[in-house]
Amino acid sequence: MADPVGVLEVADAMYKLVAEAQGQKKLKPGDLSKAAAELFGDRCDKKTCKEAIRLLIESGRCVYTYFGGSFIEIPHKEGAAN
Amino acid sequence: MARKPTPKLDQLEKGPWPSFVREIKKRADKNATCADLLGVLEKSYEERVGHWKHGGIVGVFGYGGGVIGRYSDVPEEFPGVAHFHTVRVNQPAGWFYTSAALRTLCDIWDRHGSGLLNMHGSTGDIIFLGTSTEHLEPIFEELTQAGFDLGGSGSDLRTPSCCCGEARCEWACYDTMAFCQEMTMHFQDELHRPAFPYKFKIKAAGCPNDCVASIARADLSVIGTWRDCIEIDQAEVAKHAAKGNDIVKDVVMNCPGKCLSWDGKALTVVQEDCKHCMHCINAMPKAVRPGKERGAALLLGSKAPIMEGALLSSVLVPFIKMEPPYDDIKALLEAIWEVWSEDGKNRERVGEFIQRVGMGNFLDAIGLDPDPSMVAHPRENPYVFYDLGGNGKE
Repeated sequence: MADPVGVLEVADAMYKLVAEAQGQKKLKPGDLSKAAAELFGDRCDKKTCKEAIRLLIESGRCVYTYFGGSFIEIPHKEGAAN
Repeated sequence: MARKPTPKLDQLEKGPWPSFVREIKKRADKNATCADLLGVLEKSYEERVGHWKHGGIVGVFGYGGGVIGRYSDVPEEFPGVAHFHTVRVNQPAGWFYTSAALRTLCDIWDRHGSGLLNMHGSTGDIIFLGTSTEHLEPIFEELTQAGFDLGGSGSDLRTPSCCCGEARCEWACYDTMAFCQEMTMHFQDELHRPAFPYKFKIKAAGCPNDCVASIARADLSVIGTWRDCIEIDQAEVAKHAAKGNDIVKDVVMNCPGKCLSWDGKALTVVQEDCKHCMHCINAMPKAVRPGKERGAALLLGSKAPIMEGALLSSVLVPFIKMEPPYDDIKALLEAIWEVWSEDGKNRERVGEFIQRVGMGNFLDAIGLDPDPSMVAHPRENPYVFYDLGGNGKE
């Protein structure tokens, strides 16, 4: 079996997905975990995905948002706050 | 503070019952946010249009829940409520406070918000109503210094809540507060970092009276029950009869299982017909008590009507011993969350998910054996095809 992927690498891949989807599609944490599983296969388990999401949030690169459900997005100022 | 006239809201002060308008007016005399809140509400009543935008990006650093963003779409007219965010504070199990703790909460909220509170919201949390974005981090910091934390919101585990249980109630079949506290502390990640398809609520009731209405409001309803027979004190039953209580009419005939009989001297029960409904116990305190072998039933799937219609929870585990640290319940929850998170649709509650995939498939996926107690009601459709097995004929 190949070496497990690092949390930082998964976080970077997730960040790329979020950045590409920004403004077009809102991604949930589950979407990111599924995408990471597809990308890295059995090198990436659920615990790593969870840690990667936590790293994204706690580094400030991403934030949680709520629009009917909870999503992960790049920090931005929403229109309503202006 | 100068307030605009609010003739429509004033109607809601009439009558002998408590009025939220009256309470907001008390605060409006010294708080601009509350004065503008009355104004924007009056405007909504006049125009029959809501002026709030709900949700968004606001929160405290690292958390995905606990703050519900709210903005007014008429900030020029009512600047005091341009931001009117809600903060959910995780309540102590059983809603027990010292007066010092309550004063601490109120002081924090006076410094950073409108001063309006819900004690408590239907989620169970302490609800702080109305603050602006720049106050969120200071509120969080002061709350954590005082030993409080934010509760859940969004697609996460919502703040677990429970009845007061053994603290004040003789019918409690397990320690609801200990269970609630353990679930809250163990599932901190699930509570603060939304990762589910939609919200998930745990409510713990100590007995089938279900004072927290968990069967209608919680995705996982943990309802205290007993496995053996109710206990009957015949001397106390006789006292009830001597006081003029009509035991046949008020107790025996109201028993949904028709398991009780009263011959004028002794109350007897047929255990296998008992529904554990609590009626006889409520009707004759002291005379009838829950059995000695106590635990809880786990029920799954209730919800209020938001995306789909309302659902009541149905039995998942008919009886389980409630012993700390509740590892079997934690393992069951993790299995449920894994399956639901994998295949649940966005904004699909676990009860709706089970309806969509079927109870059999769901049980297979979480590794739980079917049990006759899981049958909520007999099948209504008589045209059932089933596999007889072996030869492939149906």
